[in-house]
Amino acid sequence: MQPLLSLRKLRKEFPGCLANDDIDLDVLPGEIHALLGENGAGKSTLVKMIYGVLTPDNGEMIWNGKPIGIETPSAARSLGIGMVFQHFSLFEALTVSENISLGIPKELASSGLDQRIIDVSKSYGLPLDPHREVHSLSVGERQRIEIVRCLLQNPKLLIMDEPTSVLTPQEANKLFETLKRLSSEGVAILYISHRLEEIRNLCHKATILRLGRVVSDCDPSRESARGLAEMMMGSDLTLPEKRAVNEPGPVRFRVSSLSMLPKDPFGVPLRDISFDLRDGEILGVGGLAGNGQTELMDMLSGESRSDTPDVIVMEGKPVGSLGPRERRGLGLGFVPEERLGHGAVPDMTLWENGFLSAMGRQGLMQNGFIKVGKSVDFAVSVVHRFNVKTTGVDHNASSLSGGNLQKFIVGREIEQNPRVLIVLQPTWGVDAGSAAAIHQELLDLAANGTAVLVISQDLDELFAVSDRISVMCEGCLSEATPASETTVEQIGLLMGGHQHAGENMEKAAS
Amino acid sequence: MRIEARTEISKTMIYAAPIIAVVLTMIAGLALFEIMGRNPVDALYTFFVEPVSSLDGLAELGVKATPLILIAIGLSFGFRANVWNIGAEGQLTIGALAGSTLALAYFNVDSPLLLPGMIFVSALGGMAWAAIPAFLKTRFNANEILTSLMLTYVGLLILSLLIHGPMKDPDGMNFPESRMFHDAALLPNLVEGTRLHIGFLIVIGVVATAWVILGRHIIGFQIRVIGMAPRAASFAGFSQDKIVWLSFMVAGAAAGVAGIFEVAGPLGQVVPVISPGYGFTAIIVAFVGRLHPVGIFFAGLVMALSYLGGENAQIEMNMPNAVIGVFQGMLLFFLLGCDVLIKYRLRFM
Repeated sequence: MQPLLSLRKLRKEFPGCLANDDIDLDVLPGEIHALLGENGAGKSTLVKMIYGVLTPDNGEMIWNGKPIGIETPSAARSLGIGMVFQHFSLFEALTVSENISLGIPKELASSGLDQRIIDVSKSYGLPLDPHREVHSLSVGERQRIEIVRCLLQNPKLLIMDEPTSVLTPQEANKLFETLKRLSSEGVAILYISHRLEEIRNLCHKATILRLGRVVSDCDPSRESARGLAEMMMGSDLTLPEKRAVNEPGPVRFRVSSLSMLPKDPFGVPLRDISFDLRDGEILGVGGLAGNGQTELMDMLSGESRSDTPDVIVMEGKPVGSLGPRERRGLGLGFVPEERLGHGAVPDMTLWENGFLSAMGRQGLMQNGFIKVGKSVDFAVSVVHRFNVKTTGVDHNASSLSGGNLQKFIVGREIEQNPRVLIVLQPTWGVDAGSAAAIHQELLDLAANGTAVLVISQDLDELFAVSDRISVMCEGCLSEATPASETTVEQIGLLMGGHQHAGENMEKAAS
Repeated sequence: MRIEARTEISKTMIYAAPIIAVVLTMIAGLALFEIMGRNPVDALYTFFVEPVSSLDGLAELGVKATPLILIAIGLSFGFRANVWNIGAEGQLTIGALAGSTLALAYFNVDSPLLLPGMIFVSALGGMAWAAIPAFLKTRFNANEILTSLMLTYVGLLILSLLIHGPMKDPDGMNFPESRMFHDAALLPNLVEGTRLHIGFLIVIGVVATAWVILGRHIIGFQIRVIGMAPRAASFAGFSQDKIVWLSFMVAGAAAGVAGIFEVAGPLGQVVPVISPGYGFTAIIVAFVGRLHPVGIFFAGLVMALSYLGGENAQIEMNMPNAVIGVFQGMLLFFLLGCDVLIKYRLRFM
């Protein structure tokens, strides 16, 4: 069969980094093709070139047997290439069909669009109401908008960048059915994910990248997840060792009856949230994005403050009305969800970004002046300990790949040995090897007495590290249950909340 | 034709852009003079070279550059933090009035403390005027561009009120001018026989200090973080409101001091027009200097030259006064044009 898309010796260099080094790749029609690799291996660069966001320095792209150049995303779309990004580009105040009409050619956006949205979304099992406003939709539904937007343009190749990282297990299964259906109709899918199990079940072929080169091709269903991870890393994978359940220590961090209206009109109000974090304990909080996790994080970090200080008590001290700097001074560490622009300043160097959260506790300041040498040393030690791939700490944070920056941001907090650590999505976009390393660091930190709160959508992650697990849904936090006494399915159902519980039951029954 | 974002932004071009803008201004200037029927080469010589071909000319360059650089440095703190204080002209005026009040209140008192006192009071005056938009911004989230700009006109009217009233020279035949300041209230000259005063040295000190503060001090760090990533600033625990206040206070103090430097320097008395728009031109200076203290220093010299050149062109070639504004406007226009092309490219369909 003639490949739909062939890449020959595709090359892309950034200052100080060879992102893609002579990549060869063939994608057949109807093939679900996984692109695997550690963070910084060059996956994103490669698909951005295919989608016309970046232009290759060298090499050839062949589409249906003809050499082509793809200069812009709109050129890619007119060839029949669609892409669903990890971050959605949707306007919350607009309806589904308004959002869709903004991202497609004018001819397609004409009358009858609503009906076509309904037809396409129904026939692919992605139910969508074109008149709903986006802010009222779940993340899974928002992703459907992006997928339907691509499908309306009859793509021949669909690129998906970590589509399942925002979905419940049930939603993910539904997505897989859609993808298999597309594949049977001859649509090729280029699939990026760090979840190796789903790649084994879904994909026909996998191409593994390491440090910008193709290192091997394989049929993922014949490999084990561990084998795939080791091919990506080029070395053995050490999975984190979960310790025996600790004797619960005294309460180190307590939240009691925390309620808060959101600052953002589309935010989620927090309703009567209470939990205890004990010495040496890891509490996992599951839940789909947009159920109040960000709002809770803002309250816990001090970016939003409460008028009543004692809703949050840290080691006996009410901290609810303190700001982030004061809370850090007491030994609180935290990792927000957004890497660029929230956890890190994109246009500042890594060492300055290290300084950003470590200036107080690490003594990186003297009379208000930045101690550059010490700050650089701090950043270097984070880079080494967490295996951050960078050409130096005087490069800007924006030059790092997403997963590498995530390693830096999480590492920056762990390196400071916090008394209490609160992390939102600690391994979001991080490859298996590094995720295992971060999990191990979290477990070690807890073993040394730190109380850790992990808020994550990744259930495997929660089960890998947590002592107890609870779930956030619509601003409420469920009672925590010991991780050993619950299952992925139960937590998945809780994540779906009351609204979707019925739906899930049906599916379980069918 | 469409404009689309570049995926990679050239670092070199960011710093080369001001120089390219200056060159383009010269070229456009040549064309302009040609159209007006003047010999373009002569005109450019009159505009850009002749004014600085003597010691006196160089000293005048320093005189004009002093307020521009000082104000621009003050403004750059705010601009870096996305605080858009457009009202430096008003802050300059109120600052100058505050310092002048002290000078006139202690008329003919010979004290070495008088001049430092005037500078201090001017800074306070500028800060007080800048405090109004800062308060409105932090308390009511009022747009500081509007409030600070409108207050400029209020400030100029206060000057007018005072100079036609209480500040008027009692022996001045009813001219709207104050008494000439006595020697103790005047800035000492740097170079004998010219108008270059010690304010220029102070400005060099301010440039160096601002450089250190922006690059190495926690205050500069906060300003940069807030400007580049407001949410990261809140993650770090930096207060947005504090930085708004700080930016306005720094800019107000700098503008106020620039105002008293004019009055106690080249002017020697309070007159109805203290500044030929230094407070506005300084905005261009700040951006041409890429909001970097050293860049601002050189940009200030270039802008000062446009004032001198314009005056010289009026005298020598009978050109209208508007030529100064035209040149300053072209420079800003070309700089902004370069900036757009650094971030975006044109695509012809």
